[in-house]
Amino acid sequence: MTKSTLSRRKLLESSAAAAGAALFAAPLRAQAPAAGAVTPELIAAARKEGKVAFYSAMDLPVSEKLAKAFEAKYSGIAVRVERSGSERIFQRVAQEMASNIHACDVINSADAAHFIAFKREGWLAPYLSDEMAQHFPAQYRDPDGLFVTTRVWLCSLGYNAELVKAEEAPRSFADLLDPKWAGKMVKAHPAYSGTIMTATFQIVRELGWGYFEKLATQRVMQVQSATDPPKKLALGERAVMADGNDYNLLQLMDQGRQVRPIYPTEGTPTITGPSGIFASAPNPNAARLFQAWLHSREGQQVLVDFTGQHSVHAQVTDKPSHKKLSEIKLMKDDPAGVEKMSDEIKARYQKLFRV
Amino acid sequence: MTIALSTPASRRLVRFDMSWPILAIVAAVLVVLIVLPMSWLVYFSLTDRTGALTLDNFIQLATDPVFLEPLGTTLLLAASSAAICCAVAAPIGWLVARTDMPLRRFVRALVTASFVTPPFLGAIAWELLAAPNSGLLNKIFRAVTGAPQDEYLFNIYSLGGLIFVISCYTFPYVFVLLANALDRIPGDLEDASSILGGSAWTTARRVTIPLAMPALIAGALVAFLQAMTLFGSPAILAIPAGFHTMTTKIWSLFQYPPKLQLAAAASMPLLLLTIVLVRGESFVLGRRGYAVVGGRQGDPRLVALGAGRWVALAVVLAVLCCPVFLPYGALLNAAFAPVASQFVTPATATLHNITFAFFEVSATSLAFKNTMILCSLAATIGTVLTVVIAYVTTRRAIAGWRALEFLATAPVAVPGIVLGVGLFLSYTRPPFVLYGTLWILLVAFVTIAMPAAYQQLQSAFRVVHTDLEEASRILGATRMRTLWRITTPLLRTSVIATWCFIFVGVIRELSAAVILFTSETKVISVLIFDLNESGDLGAIAVLGLIMLIITFTVVVTINRLPGFGGNVRLRNN
Repeated sequence: MTKSTLSRRKLLESSAAAAGAALFAAPLRAQAPAAGAVTPELIAAARKEGKVAFYSAMDLPVSEKLAKAFEAKYSGIAVRVERSGSERIFQRVAQEMASNIHACDVINSADAAHFIAFKREGWLAPYLSDEMAQHFPAQYRDPDGLFVTTRVWLCSLGYNAELVKAEEAPRSFADLLDPKWAGKMVKAHPAYSGTIMTATFQIVRELGWGYFEKLATQRVMQVQSATDPPKKLALGERAVMADGNDYNLLQLMDQGRQVRPIYPTEGTPTITGPSGIFASAPNPNAARLFQAWLHSREGQQVLVDFTGQHSVHAQVTDKPSHKKLSEIKLMKDDPAGVEKMSDEIKARYQKLFRV
Repeated sequence: MTIALSTPASRRLVRFDMSWPILAIVAAVLVVLIVLPMSWLVYFSLTDRTGALTLDNFIQLATDPVFLEPLGTTLLLAASSAAICCAVAAPIGWLVARTDMPLRRFVRALVTASFVTPPFLGAIAWELLAAPNSGLLNKIFRAVTGAPQDEYLFNIYSLGGLIFVISCYTFPYVFVLLANALDRIPGDLEDASSILGGSAWTTARRVTIPLAMPALIAGALVAFLQAMTLFGSPAILAIPAGFHTMTTKIWSLFQYPPKLQLAAAASMPLLLLTIVLVRGESFVLGRRGYAVVGGRQGDPRLVALGAGRWVALAVVLAVLCCPVFLPYGALLNAAFAPVASQFVTPATATLHNITFAFFEVSATSLAFKNTMILCSLAATIGTVLTVVIAYVTTRRAIAGWRALEFLATAPVAVPGIVLGVGLFLSYTRPPFVLYGTLWILLVAFVTIAMPAAYQQLQSAFRVVHTDLEEASRILGATRMRTLWRITTPLLRTSVIATWCFIFVGVIRELSAAVILFTSETKVISVLIFDLNESGDLGAIAVLGLIMLIITFTVVVTINRLPGFGGNVRLRNN
């Protein structure tokens, strides 16, 4: 569906620019770009551009934290964060690209499947910094150097410890179907959030649609972004979170809020959030500099320390206070699978949950 | 044409008059604003994905419960809200305009405050107040009664909650129209009734109520349409509750991959319904003459309520807690609280939300700048446009005025989000590439503001008798000169009110902006909506309060400008 809509739009446009982009993109796919160092020339060119637009699906305080850290290091380059749910970011970028508006420099999504589509459309520019080449395992880099995994986190369950005793808290997806949680849960929506889209795919793969059919009868409060259910728990609006970002819960815990993540016994959906540079970036040098910094040891450590997400950068250390990924039973990430199934998921989900 | 020629006003048009080119331009502007996007919508509603003509969209619309349920919900929602609005606004309007209730100006100011409060902000504030578990009112309820944790008094995430919140911010439409009408009813008509032996009730029944009825009906109509096409409040309250209204349903059709054809078709029932209602309104009102502001006029007579006036005031203030005091209090609390659902104390108060909203959110200053530019431009352009249109249509100044009236009121039938897409389709390709600029938002905002602004000015024009204009025309002034020298000054307060009206309408517009913005052209309402999506309630409270402060500043400043009359109430001194 995604593909047909995009290619139809391209046909309608029939512009030389679209054709040109496809032509240029093709030879680049043959091999990954040579790794580039962050040179004084790059920094000077980026300063000349003076700004960079970062379309991000990360929670807003996290995105802004990264932006401020970058600005502190490279004075004179302002980062403007465009934060929204991944699915809405995709919608926006598609609209902008179709109208030949080139506003996005660097894009980050919580739905890794989007990068398959971005790549197919020829929207991304190859870029590989020295550090990415050295310290990022190959499976977390696009072979053509078009994107790289910025962060890894989990879509967990969670509960408010003031409303639910630890020993009574659900331990598994199956536990959520207990009638005692009816009307007490909150979850986010796969048509808005890339995290939830990815997680829904993995849960359906492991547990089948039957799980969601039953969950839908539990009068679940439906919010949009995966960043929201943890905040609804912290408010005390609902006792249990049926899905959402574990990192928001960890952050809230660090702030002293009485919320706790639950990593369900069936396994926890794993989310990878890649970033890439747009081929049509209005600030290409600032975009490279930002992308290089975001995936440097320094940038990745900010991300990990501030949010409790995980980095695939070999030299970055996880937050000691948080559970290690290796201690958690994980569901496997499969962006290609998500890409094939995303329309079906949106449609079936809507039938079940009525919104 | 024959209709226009049959009225005495039109016969004078034989002479050349500057009004013709001006009116032609206005008509052209309206075509660009409305006809172009609407044509795209109709075209899309009748085609499939390949562009072939089909009725499948409408068949799906009429048979699929996924669409029928939201339609039913929307109609129920709009009808209930309109009824509640009239039931609340009529007594308050009467008390304020025609009785000696104390603090009447203050009450008017409070209604104005609820009027300028963006509905989506009100909806978020009511989440803070009446979410079943974390809502402050429910917390108070549990603290007072000792009820267990999962019991609650209010659940804002419900159809009833949504109707309540929409009514809170829609009743001022009815109030403004009604109170202005009551202000304008001259006391001598009522005195005449009393002198002729009519009791107070007879006077009310035979004089006051019939004279106020057009405004009440117009108000009910505006309230119904407003509630029907609102997007923000349902998006905030209905989706968590697990149901859609037509507008949120249409919005969900724009999720990737967008189903524009279905969305266009889904907007057609709303469009048709509105046309029926607008026609119905003119049928009800069309045959009566309501010209009560002539060259001479007596002051309205105030009814003495005696001791009851304090009771009345108490009831009115209690009602106004819902749109004003409680939500503002909740926002203020959330702005300084570490967690929005906790009562802030001096010990827990934090400036974190303010720092975050202003110094960390990088989109804030750009969004404020864009919003201010758009508000001022849209208000100015929209006012000039609607003054001319309202004049032409109420005076039937040119042939084809009915078409102008239709065009000016038609956008009310198009949910902002659908208009947004119509504009998106129209202005993303040559010759008019406006997407990505502020212009497309300006076009959208002027279009969206026009019906309500037009309704307001048209009501005002209707009660200004033509005798003053005729005097001017007889003395040799052109139609345009008469409009600006005689009619506009008479309607000065209404014109100012319209400017403010558009300004506050634009500052809170969300539904079209949500489709038309790009990262460079973000506005405050969209920023708040995005923040709500990710649950950043503290930042929303801060930005929302700033938005309200700006709005109030504009309204107060405009009202105090020398030469602008200083008082929105139309009184003949």
